[in-house]
Amino acid sequence: MLAASIIVFREVLEAVLVIGIVLAATRQVAGSRRMVGFGVLTGVTGALLMALFADVLATQFEGTGQDVFNACAMIIAVGMLAWHNIWMTKHGRELATNMANVGSDVSQGSKPLRVLGVVVAIAVLREGGETILFLWGVATSNSTAQMIEGFSIGLGAGIVMGAGIYFGLLRIPSRYLFGVTSWLITLLAAGMAAQAVTFLSAAGLIDVIDTPVWDTSSILSEDSIVGRMMHTLTGYMDRPNSVQLIAWTLTVLIIASSTRLVRSTRQAL
Amino acid sequence: MSRITPKILPKIEIPRLPLLAIGLILATATLAHADDKISLLLKDHKFQPDRIEANAGVKIEITVKNEDSGADEFDSRDLKREKVIGGGKEGIILVGPLQPGEYHFQGEYHAQTAQGVLVVK
Repeated sequence: MLAASIIVFREVLEAVLVIGIVLAATRQVAGSRRMVGFGVLTGVTGALLMALFADVLATQFEGTGQDVFNACAMIIAVGMLAWHNIWMTKHGRELATNMANVGSDVSQGSKPLRVLGVVVAIAVLREGGETILFLWGVATSNSTAQMIEGFSIGLGAGIVMGAGIYFGLLRIPSRYLFGVTSWLITLLAAGMAAQAVTFLSAAGLIDVIDTPVWDTSSILSEDSIVGRMMHTLTGYMDRPNSVQLIAWTLTVLIIASSTRLVRSTRQAL
Repeated sequence: MSRITPKILPKIEIPRLPLLAIGLILATATLAHADDKISLLLKDHKFQPDRIEANAGVKIEITVKNEDSGADEFDSRDLKREKVIGGGKEGIILVGPLQPGEYHFQGEYHAQTAQGVLVVK
């Protein structure tokens, strides 16, 4: 049942890309793999709980519980990614140079790792709950075999994509890798900020006049696999409204300028 | 720039700003007033009706009752909305204000049959 695998693949795509980037960005930090693993486990557990209590969540805030939850998750993730980037700019060099003293930097590195662990958990949790509900539907209305097939092929393809971006990033010479992953994390956060705007308006908390500033859906649809990847990696939107664009731009400006500020104050010391 | 000393920066803890933002969201989380209210059913993985109409420039509240046993996801790129609706449950989708036009939506888990369009005039 190919359709099921494609849906699973699309759902897990964002999470695996986030995990790939986080793994590459923290490759030199001791204990980073364990923290990513912990984030995935927490996310999966949370997703199972969310699927179990989906009805409870949906009925919160007069029927917009899912949207309020998603908006909160996105805002937390944006804040954590921004914090991580600033922290790494400040301490990244020290972490990298002290790598020889194995283990001595675990406590140093544990703070940004916890933050990224939360980001991974959120990425897994957000789409994970939906994936579980979908697969449950396949198992009840079709068959368990089709459910297992859709799950394993979809997730397998997702993991291949995540591995692809991880190993792709590792090919970048290490002196540039930090810069590249910093930018990727900045863009990831900016895309999430734009998405948070959509969730806030879906929750009825803000009024957004949804007039597209441009429409490139005929060139690269956000619904396509490539469009989805670009959406996660750069925040690409095929029909953004002005509020989404402002959120994206502000996030990039704030993270870029504060990391620059941290870097210049550090160099001045 | 000189006002920000390096001493201040290490004190930035787990971000408080997002937590504050979330607090504000939760504090103000009340249902927005929708001007147009539309109800539709999802039955046998089809929307009934599959063509709905609303006014331009107003907020629209679409209530989808899923009468099938399994969950489906109301999904619309045109409306920028995604919402999982459990089997036998209801979901509320808030959209708008919108410009005149046609906005397609689907039940993502049964997209072959679950298709619909919102016509805004």
